[in-house]
Amino acid sequence: MQTRREMLARSATVASLMAAAGLLPQVAHAAWNNAAFGAKSMADAAKAFGGMAPVESADITIEGPDIAENGAVVPIGASTSLPGVKRLMLLVEKNPSVLAATFDVTDKVDAAFKTRVKMGQSSNVMAVAMMNDGKVLFAQKEIKVTLGGCGG
Amino acid sequence: MADPMRIRAQAAGDKATVRVLMSHEMETGLRKDSSGAVIPAHFIQEVTVAHNGAEVTTAQWGPSVSKNPFMQLSVKGAKPGDKITITWVDNKGDKRTDEATVS
Repeated sequence: MQTRREMLARSATVASLMAAAGLLPQVAHAAWNNAAFGAKSMADAAKAFGGMAPVESADITIEGPDIAENGAVVPIGASTSLPGVKRLMLLVEKNPSVLAATFDVTDKVDAAFKTRVKMGQSSNVMAVAMMNDGKVLFAQKEIKVTLGGCGG
Repeated sequence: MADPMRIRAQAAGDKATVRVLMSHEMETGLRKDSSGAVIPAHFIQEVTVAHNGAEVTTAQWGPSVSKNPFMQLSVKGAKPGDKITITWVDNKGDKRTDEATVS
């Protein structure tokens, strides 16, 4: 005979197996913003997170090389010293989906993140900051890529 | 299960710089293998950073992030001896959590 506890443990295992097999689509991580990552432009990505139309701002900093030899690994970073930032996003304009990464900004971390992205071709990259009041500010920089990182 | 992450957390003043190197394929779902079949997407979707057990930030990633992703951030108020925990979840539901001590 099975106890209730064993049953619960077993159903949890089954659920995690199903999630692992992709049978429970998106339920396990509902927080992942499908619309934003499918966006084809910066404005669409900002809208998917409930932001207004993006405005260029000198208070946002985008870091990155002028020329990237290998498009598979391009180090870029976004930062700002403005208060009241809710989210920082990194976008690559000419990638199949423009949004590369978004970081939640809280009062426990600096509004400065760095990562590495793939770039298919020379393109503008944007650092976008979403403010608490819904305003969207961005900075952009052109990065030239000698060898694309999305081929193969 | 994927290989462990390499996490380095160094205190500098009242904050700590955290650098993470994860081991992940980060397949975009757009590439094809030698026989022309599409390689299914497999990438990290969500990364959570916790300081002494309390969540400080969450990142959402798309497939544009490079293979074996790198991430750098600074955590305010982290002192030497504190624990930094990083968790990632990919689009197949795989997860990995690793911990490092701030030095």
